[in-house]
Amino acid sequence: MKIAFLLLLAASSVFAAEEKTFTPPSEREIPNNDFGNVIKLGKSIFTDTQHYAKKFAGNGLNCVNCHLDSGRKANSSPLWGAYVRYPAYRAKTRQVNTFEERLQGCFMFSLNGTPPPLGSPEMTALVSYAYWMSTGVPVGTKPKGAGYPELPKPALAPDFSRGKEVYAANCQVCHGTNGEGKMDGDKFAFPPLWGNESFNWGAGMHRINTAAAFIKANMPLSKGDSLSDQEAWDVAQFVMSHDRPIDPRAKGGVAAAKKEYHDENCRYGDTVDGKILGE
Amino acid sequence: MKIIFLLLGLMPVLAQAANAEKMAKPDISVCENCHGKDVAGKDDFPRLAGMGASYLSKQLQDFRSGKRANQIMQPIAKSISDSDIRKFSEYFSGLPVPAPQPTTADAALLNQGESLAVNGDWTHGIPACFQCHGAKGQGIAPDFPSIVGQPANYVSNQIANWKSGTRSNDPVGLMKSVSDRLSDDQIKAVSVYLTNGGVK
Repeated sequence: MKIAFLLLLAASSVFAAEEKTFTPPSEREIPNNDFGNVIKLGKSIFTDTQHYAKKFAGNGLNCVNCHLDSGRKANSSPLWGAYVRYPAYRAKTRQVNTFEERLQGCFMFSLNGTPPPLGSPEMTALVSYAYWMSTGVPVGTKPKGAGYPELPKPALAPDFSRGKEVYAANCQVCHGTNGEGKMDGDKFAFPPLWGNESFNWGAGMHRINTAAAFIKANMPLSKGDSLSDQEAWDVAQFVMSHDRPIDPRAKGGVAAAKKEYHDENCRYGDTVDGKILGE
Repeated sequence: MKIIFLLLGLMPVLAQAANAEKMAKPDISVCENCHGKDVAGKDDFPRLAGMGASYLSKQLQDFRSGKRANQIMQPIAKSISDSDIRKFSEYFSGLPVPAPQPTTADAALLNQGESLAVNGDWTHGIPACFQCHGAKGQGIAPDFPSIVGQPANYVSNQIANWKSGTRSNDPVGLMKSVSDRLSDDQIKAVSVYLTNGGVK
């Protein structure tokens, strides 16, 4: 009996080690009907936010910049890893948010824009796309590959100068010398990482731990997991030590907003090159 | 004596420079022998017409330094001057890209190629070609060259070279990384699709 139990344990741990990440339905499976059309619009908004939801976007980014492969890729905060985890209490807002409200947060902060209202065609399309993509994922679970995989704290404190070298060697070819991104006609082919066209100081990605986790798993594009943990932390420190659009919650100034909304994982309110970040 | 010798040695270079100043259109007949009429690309030889000038210059410099290995191009690149490299690169980049022709290639193969070019294959960690090479594969200067309208053989050969390590002058090893993940079928599909510039 004991042996059988042990064998069972062994078998289940092998299974756990080989646990695959969820494979969302293929695009060909989008139903060919009115619902399918809305799902397709959701995908279009997600991959080309600048065109399909321009009025809600205040910078040059598209949803797909942080959620690769049209929101499908594991460890790149896929839609199927988020949809099934809402409604949820969020420390960020100190209340329970629905998935729609979470998407509104993306527009306010990551897209530095205006939240699409509940019931707007854009919101309905995005939620429909996320719902469809999550077909088969149990509600209320955190599937493997959801979010960005948390990186252990580095051996050395993240360092701007080392990060600058990592950036020059690995990132600059696409994101430019000054993090300005690169254009393809009138759109960004490679997203701006700081400056006016990038996400604002309220976006999750400005947190160094979040950026390090995203970078480690996904960057350079097609070469995820090629940087060391230390390099990922250092380059995140470098990128997130540059200025970007203001935190829209900072009504009472940077110092108050730093205390209220920002913790030790970011450089908001720090002085870099004689300028206070976030002002 | 020494000075005369030095001057004599410089003469061909000076003559070349003087020619470069004069010639609006350089003599490209030698290039056309392999790269086809109007250097539009042929068989194993890439299209040079309409390619970015800085990309072409870098390739010529890399042939010269040996950073990009190629038996035909290395001696040629070594025999021309920096100003020739600039001149040819700029001239080629200003030539029109030939319009893609309808193809008789298998529709399923083209669809597979299109899917790779537009969406990639992320289950194997392969980003879309057009994510870096521009929304229509037209290139994003200076580092990401135009890839549409290149001969299928040329595209397949380059991917094979990155895979094997024979070519390694790509920025950040990006093409090595992508090539390692492409299957033989995918290489064939994407080469045929790109050659045709997306016209079915």
